[in-house]
Amino acid sequence: MIEAKAISGERRMVTGDYAAAWGAMVSRPQVIAAYPITPQTMIIEHLSEFLAAKKLDAELMRVESEHSALSAVIAAEATGVRTYTATSSQGLALMHEPLFVAPPMHLPVVMSVVNRTVAAPLGIWVEHNDTMPQRDTGWMQVYVEDAQEALDMVLQAYRVAEHREVELPMMVCMDAFLVSHTIESVDLVGQESADAFLPAYKPVHAYLDPERPLVLGAASPPEYIQEVRWETDLRMRKAAEILEDVDREFGRAFGRSYGGALETYRLEDAEVGLVTLGTVTSVARDVVDLLRDQGEKVGLLKLRYFRPFPAERLRDATEQLHALGVYDRAVSFGVGGPTYIETRNALYDSHKIPIHGFLAGLGGRDVTGDDVSLMFKRTTQAATRGKRAGGVTWIGTRGVNP
Amino acid sequence: MTTVKELPTEDWFTSGHTACPGCGGAMTVRIAMKVLGPNTVVYMPASCLLIFSDMYPFNAFRVPSLQVLFETSAICASGIKRALKRLGKEDVTVVAFAGDGGTADIGMQALSGAAERNEDILYICYDNEAYMNTGIQRSGTTPFGAWTTTTPLGPGSEGHGKGEFKKDVPRIMMAHDVPYVATASLGFPADLLKKLEKAKAKRGFRYLHVLSPCPVGWRAESDRTVDLAKMAVETGIFTLMEYEDGVFRISREPRFTPVREYLQVQGRFKHLTDEQVATIERWVKEKWERDRALAKALGPKPLPVTA
Repeated sequence: MIEAKAISGERRMVTGDYAAAWGAMVSRPQVIAAYPITPQTMIIEHLSEFLAAKKLDAELMRVESEHSALSAVIAAEATGVRTYTATSSQGLALMHEPLFVAPPMHLPVVMSVVNRTVAAPLGIWVEHNDTMPQRDTGWMQVYVEDAQEALDMVLQAYRVAEHREVELPMMVCMDAFLVSHTIESVDLVGQESADAFLPAYKPVHAYLDPERPLVLGAASPPEYIQEVRWETDLRMRKAAEILEDVDREFGRAFGRSYGGALETYRLEDAEVGLVTLGTVTSVARDVVDLLRDQGEKVGLLKLRYFRPFPAERLRDATEQLHALGVYDRAVSFGVGGPTYIETRNALYDSHKIPIHGFLAGLGGRDVTGDDVSLMFKRTTQAATRGKRAGGVTWIGTRGVNP
Repeated sequence: MTTVKELPTEDWFTSGHTACPGCGGAMTVRIAMKVLGPNTVVYMPASCLLIFSDMYPFNAFRVPSLQVLFETSAICASGIKRALKRLGKEDVTVVAFAGDGGTADIGMQALSGAAERNEDILYICYDNEAYMNTGIQRSGTTPFGAWTTTTPLGPGSEGHGKGEFKKDVPRIMMAHDVPYVATASLGFPADLLKKLEKAKAKRGFRYLHVLSPCPVGWRAESDRTVDLAKMAVETGIFTLMEYEDGVFRISREPRFTPVREYLQVQGRFKHLTDEQVATIERWVKEKWERDRALAKALGPKPLPVTA
């Protein structure tokens, strides 16, 4: 990450939830609908405070469920206004049904999702098993590492989502507590610079207007639905390009950018790499420095976008590696972590190196430097095998020897 | 007030849709759209209405319409209205047309939430007393004793049609103290028109429950739709009422014709035993006791005596 230059915003110590709410506010959504769930709650509390303080000018719908929260913003977006919502865990699971509706209808809804364990067992701490199972709904997903990124990516999300060649909704995913409740120094982007980066919303998609009657969400026979699927797929592929442009433009405007879909760290001459996503990346950077000091040729790939999945960039970035480890905070039972599965799929045609999966930090358990060191150690050991091989290792599991 | 003869000949829900002959739902929507007119946005859930009016590339509405999900009529109508408000188009009427399943069952949570928040929308439930689009399955508003495909007949204790009574959705909506709750029947179009006009003019949450017979699901002749809607009222089975700004009124005192006359013209009731018919008669009697008590308790208050 590039550190912020002095810009018009105000730097303050705030939580990740506050930062997300701020990012939403300066994006000027016209309709916001949300339902409280730990640890997303503070986002809607802060938005309510902004509204009460007349800092936010929007319709804020305090609805009776997450299912309704997403349905409300879908309907509002279909009427031609910019919208925002936020949720977490069970809330996202309840939204599963309306999630599918926005992408084919070209509705660029933006939603902050605080990643939290999905019951059972009931847990409020970080796990990515809420968002990752939603990968096939047609929503873009970006995972952030800290509060600043949680704010910045709301602004970027609108730019990517509303791009006329994309018009897909986006989730900005942030780890429970580690981002949502951790107080950090954040550049609270000023309204003027936000407006300059994200202009007022003019829908290019079809919208409900009595002056121009049309149908949105019509029933369709098989003669038409496959083309809708194909066209949504096309836009998701296009988004992979657009999000890179938007991040670069953000960098020019604000003096910080995030590497688009993928950020690498000390990877250039590395022989062993590790893919991380979310807050574990911060720990992993320290571990890379530590191992580099010991002469180990290791490097890091911070995967930011899970959808669209940056397969090409991942291929290019890992060309020289002898082995690759992939960290996951969610599991597809009997197979491995979703990022592991996706990474192996992306590299299958071009790479013959071992790709090893790691599961750790599930249910919000801390992932320590030692845990990450072990991931590098196991990946380095895999490198000696020198041929395509996979496998999944559970790290830090009581009673399981990794 | 517009009379039936004064209704515009112009339709905003047009012919060419693919509803079954005698569809009460289609009649309700057509009449409602004549009153609501062109400055309207329609929401409809997955339902008969969606399938017979908006199957791509055909469309029977001459106003914009949206479909999102089955249980989201009240919330999506609310979302549309909030957006229109931000766009300075507050004069646009937003109406949701949902069936009884989408209203009384799966849509109840969103309906209750929107009513509690007093969202500025008109919600019209066309009640045909079962899930007709999926093929006549029992819903919360299916009446006692009715045959449906999920309450089939047979020798077992479950084989006598629906064992429970009709859910009283208008009374649930009354409990939300919204500006307007009313019932109407296709058998009494003047009353229906009056209520549609009132509902259109008012602001805030408005709920209109229209008994809309389904000849296919009720196993009746397709030319009996209006007769059935009339008989349901005159037998006392379906109460025409209005709850306006906290005042409850019975809109029509029925003639209390024999319940059996209504039941015997519908195949869905042809299996009923005398005992079941007596149960329905008792239910009607008790319902009217309750309706009258409500009218007495919540009816128009006498003007305060001034000194």
